[in-house]
Amino acid sequence: MKEKIIEKILTLLAFSAIGVLLLITVFIFKEGLPIILKAGIKDFLFSAKWAPTKGHFGILSMIISSLAVTFGSIIMGVPLALACAITLAEFCPPRLLVFLKPTIELLAGIPSVVFGFLGVILLVPIIREYLGGPGLSLLAASIILAIMILPTITSISIDAIQAVPLLYKEGALAMGATHWQAIHLVILPAARSGVVTAIILGMARAIGETMAVIMVAGNALKIPSSLLDPVRTLTSTIALEMGYSAGDHRTALFAAGIILFIFIMVLNILANLLMRKK
Amino acid sequence: MGFKQAFIGFSLVVFLFAPGCSSKSSPRSHSLTIAGSTSVQPFAEKLAEIYMAINPKLIINVQGGGSTAGIKACRERAAQIGTSSRELHPDEGDLTKIIIAKDGIAVIVHPQNPISDISIEQLRGIFSGKIRSWARLGWVDKPIFFVNREEGSGTRDAFEGLVMQKEEISDEALVQDSNGSVREIIANNPQAIGYISFGIVNHQVKALAVNSISPNLKTIKSNQYTLTRPFIFVFPSQPTDLAQRFIDFVLSKEGQIILEKEGLVGIH
Repeated sequence: MKEKIIEKILTLLAFSAIGVLLLITVFIFKEGLPIILKAGIKDFLFSAKWAPTKGHFGILSMIISSLAVTFGSIIMGVPLALACAITLAEFCPPRLLVFLKPTIELLAGIPSVVFGFLGVILLVPIIREYLGGPGLSLLAASIILAIMILPTITSISIDAIQAVPLLYKEGALAMGATHWQAIHLVILPAARSGVVTAIILGMARAIGETMAVIMVAGNALKIPSSLLDPVRTLTSTIALEMGYSAGDHRTALFAAGIILFIFIMVLNILANLLMRKK
Repeated sequence: MGFKQAFIGFSLVVFLFAPGCSSKSSPRSHSLTIAGSTSVQPFAEKLAEIYMAINPKLIINVQGGGSTAGIKACRERAAQIGTSSRELHPDEGDLTKIIIAKDGIAVIVHPQNPISDISIEQLRGIFSGKIRSWARLGWVDKPIFFVNREEGSGTRDAFEGLVMQKEEISDEALVQDSNGSVREIIANNPQAIGYISFGIVNHQVKALAVNSISPNLKTIKSNQYTLTRPFIFVFPSQPTDLAQRFIDFVLSKEGQIILEKEGLVGIH
């Protein structure tokens, strides 16, 4: 009796969490779809003219910026995170690992606004002085995001590497491979799906990040033509403009949310599929 | 036996779902709705907050939506007071208007920038992306970084009306979503230029003279400084009792001091 009731209550609570997700999905689509239909999907996705108070709802530049920032952070973050993961999983003495792994995971707990603030104070002036441009740029946003996704990718990759059966490594070493050869020829390929999942989850984190990006990206609407150009991502637009938005403008922000939602859904589904394959 | 747990579980569920249905009880008899300009909104909210503290029974709703929407809401009696940060159009003359304060839009640059005066035409050139180098304004040949406000901002709306007129602000502009963060960017970048409310200007930045008139309390009050806009309350010729009392409060010495503390220029 007692068991059953507790079971029911827990199930109810679990379903309410899914219910919330469902409600959010329905709400975003209900609020955002009308403007996509009104502006036309083509004009919405493939026009770069965004002036919602004057009737222009093109989000192309934001889509490009979001992808560029994410891509940039992956290029910079993945080698770093993989190096971290390999070192920690393979070369690190266990006693040091106990100390290093939580430290890297602590990086994930730092609020994004702190990363943004550091970016504005330290990174942006350096970029402006040594590389040119306004400093607030695609490059600055990518670097900050690379640091932010580091712990996600590192810790999932460590798990993937450690999940490779010891037998593989022993076999490779027995065949005369050096430790490094065993890592890059045997262990990494065996851990591939886990590592790719880690990268995809890192991408999802990067594309959804808002606060730090607003602070360092400069938020210009123009499609960026160089790394030093300022960019405006989908998330920044929503956060920047929601305060005073009304009517069609507000709907258009929800529509931008739909696109973001689809991006993140696709990334998550990919990550899930890859994990199952493993 | 299981009763206790069942009860706890039940009350948990009730607790989770209850807040949605409790808000409609005990309607307050006195309420006032103010709607309109998003520039006036923060100031109206501040005034309302203090006025409600003095009159605890009164509820004042302050809404945004823009000057035009505010005037419309007032005309349709959806709001007792409409707010506007632009002068009324001739066809809006059926409503009574009162200027409650004035706001100057200061054009700011880094203190190291030697330029101290700018014309409206130069300003328009910079923000439309036609003037790209500080050399055109008599300084070094370095790119100009101009900082804009986000779409929907009242200050941006006023800047577009007063400076840009028919021209569009270039999409190369950096965008920040508050007076404070625009100021922060300018304070850290010697080549940047932007615009903020006069009340927010501090020692970190330098406010330029526009068409040779520098912004200060006097030039803004007298409209000599070009980038000045009025903050207006509009209401039907016979406002409700509550509305009238709130307007009296805003125009009183106390109300004006509140507005000046928030960075506006009072009318007295």
